[in-house]
Amino acid sequence: MAQQTAAKEPTIEQIAEQKIYRQFGVTDSEYELICKFLGRQPNYTEIGVFSVMWSEHCAYKNSKPLLRRFPTTGPRVLMGPGEGAGIVDIGDNQAVVFKIESHNHPSAVEPYQGAATGVGGIIRDIFSMGSRPIALLNSLRFGRLENDRVRYLFEHVISGIAGYGNCIGIPTVGGEVMFDESYEGNPLVNAMCVGLIDHDQIQRGVAKGVGNPVFYVGPATGRDGIHGATFASEDLTAESEAKRSAVQVGDPFMEKLVMEATLELIASGIVLGIQDMGAAGLTCSSAEMASKAGNGMELYLDEVPQREEGMTAYEMMLSESQERMLFVTEPRHEEQAKAIFARWGLKCHKVGKVTDDGRLRLFHKGEVVGDMPVKALVDDCPVYHKPSKVPEYYLQNAAVDTTRYPQPADLNDALKKVLGSPSLASKEWVYSQYDYQVRTSTAVVPGSDAAVVTIRGTRKALAMTTDCNGRYVYLDPEVGGRIAVAEAARNIVCSGGEPLAITDNLNFGSPEKPEVFWQMEKAVDGMAEACRFLETPVIGGNVSLYNENAKGAIYPTPVVGMVGLVEDLDHITTQDFKAEGDVIFLLGETRAEIGGSEFQYAVHGVTEGRPPALDLAVERRLHRAVLGAIRQGLVASAHDLSEGGLAAALAESGFGRGLGATVDFATDLRPDLALFSESQSRILLSAKPEQADKLAACLAEQGVPVQRLGTVGGKDLTIAVNGRIAIQAPLQEFRQEWKEAIPCRMQ
Amino acid sequence: MKFAVLVFPGSNCDIDMHKAVEDVLGEPVDYVWHTATDLSGYDAILVPGGFSYGDYLRCGAIARFAPVMNEVRRAAEQGKFILGVCNGFQILTEAGLLPGALIRNQSLKFRCHPVDLRVENAGTAFTNAYKPGEIVRIPIAHGEGNFYCDDETLARLKANNQIVFRYAGDNPNGSVDNIAGICNEAGNVVGMMPHPERAVSDLLGSSDGARMFKSALQAFASQAASAR
Repeated sequence: MAQQTAAKEPTIEQIAEQKIYRQFGVTDSEYELICKFLGRQPNYTEIGVFSVMWSEHCAYKNSKPLLRRFPTTGPRVLMGPGEGAGIVDIGDNQAVVFKIESHNHPSAVEPYQGAATGVGGIIRDIFSMGSRPIALLNSLRFGRLENDRVRYLFEHVISGIAGYGNCIGIPTVGGEVMFDESYEGNPLVNAMCVGLIDHDQIQRGVAKGVGNPVFYVGPATGRDGIHGATFASEDLTAESEAKRSAVQVGDPFMEKLVMEATLELIASGIVLGIQDMGAAGLTCSSAEMASKAGNGMELYLDEVPQREEGMTAYEMMLSESQERMLFVTEPRHEEQAKAIFARWGLKCHKVGKVTDDGRLRLFHKGEVVGDMPVKALVDDCPVYHKPSKVPEYYLQNAAVDTTRYPQPADLNDALKKVLGSPSLASKEWVYSQYDYQVRTSTAVVPGSDAAVVTIRGTRKALAMTTDCNGRYVYLDPEVGGRIAVAEAARNIVCSGGEPLAITDNLNFGSPEKPEVFWQMEKAVDGMAEACRFLETPVIGGNVSLYNENAKGAIYPTPVVGMVGLVEDLDHITTQDFKAEGDVIFLLGETRAEIGGSEFQYAVHGVTEGRPPALDLAVERRLHRAVLGAIRQGLVASAHDLSEGGLAAALAESGFGRGLGATVDFATDLRPDLALFSESQSRILLSAKPEQADKLAACLAEQGVPVQRLGTVGGKDLTIAVNGRIAIQAPLQEFRQEWKEAIPCRMQ
Repeated sequence: MKFAVLVFPGSNCDIDMHKAVEDVLGEPVDYVWHTATDLSGYDAILVPGGFSYGDYLRCGAIARFAPVMNEVRRAAEQGKFILGVCNGFQILTEAGLLPGALIRNQSLKFRCHPVDLRVENAGTAFTNAYKPGEIVRIPIAHGEGNFYCDDETLARLKANNQIVFRYAGDNPNGSVDNIAGICNEAGNVVGMMPHPERAVSDLLGSSDGARMFKSALQAFASQAASAR
């Protein structure tokens, strides 16, 4: 095998003797295995290629056994996990395409570009399927805003997301942001993209047709992002800062051109297979496309456009330069493809050929510089079944009585603390930096339970949300995993949609730690159970492990991105109270469940005990009843009860239109526990007075516990418990705390 | 009446502008590529928002050199109706078809939200369907919408009644004299930062922008009538 002479690369012997492969995260036994597959020792380029293909990021070697537990099929699923993104049928020959992906490690080191390229990457996953991206969402976690470095990360992550999405012209319509010490040093940046497609336009990343040319389109390959996938599969350490070169730089304008040209190319019908160059760049896209077709591929690296002089095969194969695509077409369509790209000011380059020998063969400067079996790269990475162990903290938490704290003297003050906690506070500071209206299809803008995007030419719309409460998952991964799915579904239902499917982003610490692996295992079990029960299969997702730093692992945070179908525009529902005199109902049962709540954190300063329980049968009954009532036109507003419980939900429902409320809650519980409990499977509804009885009857008929709480109106928020006023103040006072919490910390 | 929506590399409100003409007026409308050299078939030219050429240089500074801009200049001289929104406004100022410049928002942040505008000049080709002084709700979405001009220019804008819209509530970007939109002296070329094409149905939160398109149709009809 040829050795590149221009750069001072380690020799085959040095790699073996000095165990240089270890730097790339390849273990001794994996190295032995690679030698076996090759029938010889790998050179520097080959070990580089193997190391990224066999990283957790690309091969899911630690998470695969867990991912198999997810339900991935269903009557509406057109494409499950394995391609760029999953696809779900929405009728009338249309389908929705969506996926979520993390860019946690890059964002921790270079927040603007890390977040921006995360957005760029997920958009490419969607349009490389042939789908027009219509919306972006995200799910973000940071440490506490009191910390300078956290404020810097927060500010620049938001700018990066805005900078990319706004420029490319895809609205960022929703998401979530939470703050907790656990994420200090390890922010989570998960980006989700949703697209629309006609059934007959669906593309796959397949290198079809032996002898067909392979084209490269997009900007030249540079030295940025080398080993990004490996970097994402390690703990963050003090040296991470030095790996800034593993962070790519985004160019949303270029991506806009590539996107428009690619969609035009696909519409022309001449594409046989297409895939974006995301993690592990040219390596991953070429190997995966060849693998899916059962073929091989030759790459002529001298033909790859290069941004810098003297680039080696190793650098070109491992670069994660952004906005690049790889596609296969028949030779006779070459000129047509070139013309389409030329119209957008882009050039496509013939860089390879589909072969029939199942090898990925790399040519550079007249020599073969790499020759590897495609199957070994894509399918034969060893899968690890890591040991799992129940953590000590989980056992100890069983004994914690979360009702032992004394009731706060002033519940007005408690509600202000909860509403003013940045996790719960208004996110206007964030979403007003996002263009959430471009494409003029956003019917429900950020700030309600789920965003709703209309589908032009139909009466239909899509509801979409991201959800996960990491505190619940930390306290009980199985229950927390279940809640993440259930809450996402509840948000979709409250917006008038029927939940269709989910994409998940499993953010965890190091799987090498048995306690972390236990969290992963349990959380996946909980999510899988909820997905089966609520009939929302997992159609794709992403795994981000090693979210650890010197202080330890993050809270386990398996983020759920869910999309639902709103059958008719008239069903679109928001959380805002609509009119004075409307009647307010609480659905579901309230128990003294304070473990992991925002109240416990913001008022008592701890996160302990067990999270709220969740009965999936109760949850499903609630969803069906509420969706039925919405479809009958009986519901004026609907708001899922989540962080901050009933008190926060009442306040939030009033903020939109500045409408107060007067309610009286009948309960056996102490007032603070009753008002701030985060018991699951609860929804706050309001209805026009003339429809109130019909609504209550319709819900009760379906077996949903309903309590008529009071009415919308006035300037004050007045909440009584069993006839005694517990909270009373002008709504504006609460609104002020909620609205100013983030801006005043960011000044 | 025939409308052209210009498309530069990086335009991203072109589809929305096209939809607005279709939905509000039902009049014929075409996308016209930045390389076009003939706009003679169009009665109104809409320059949409977005990030032309990435806006990596000054916003609109490269788009002004696109071949189609010579035709836009010619159309303006002929008295045809030209509307530039957001990046389109920036392009029209860079091209010298409107005075002033758009600089970074005072907050240094991109801002997207609905704003209240006061209609200051209801006599232009795009505002004749409004009442003078009327308050309308139209969203903004920009990072560089801070209108700047020198005192002399401002005095001239005022004297000629060239200020078309002012922000009626908080000034979202630091614009001189709360200016949100202006026109040329003849009133046939209008530029504004807020997006009327995003306010054409209640489902989008406001339909106040629809009358800008209706105004153009009205102005075209009266122009045709007086020519007869």
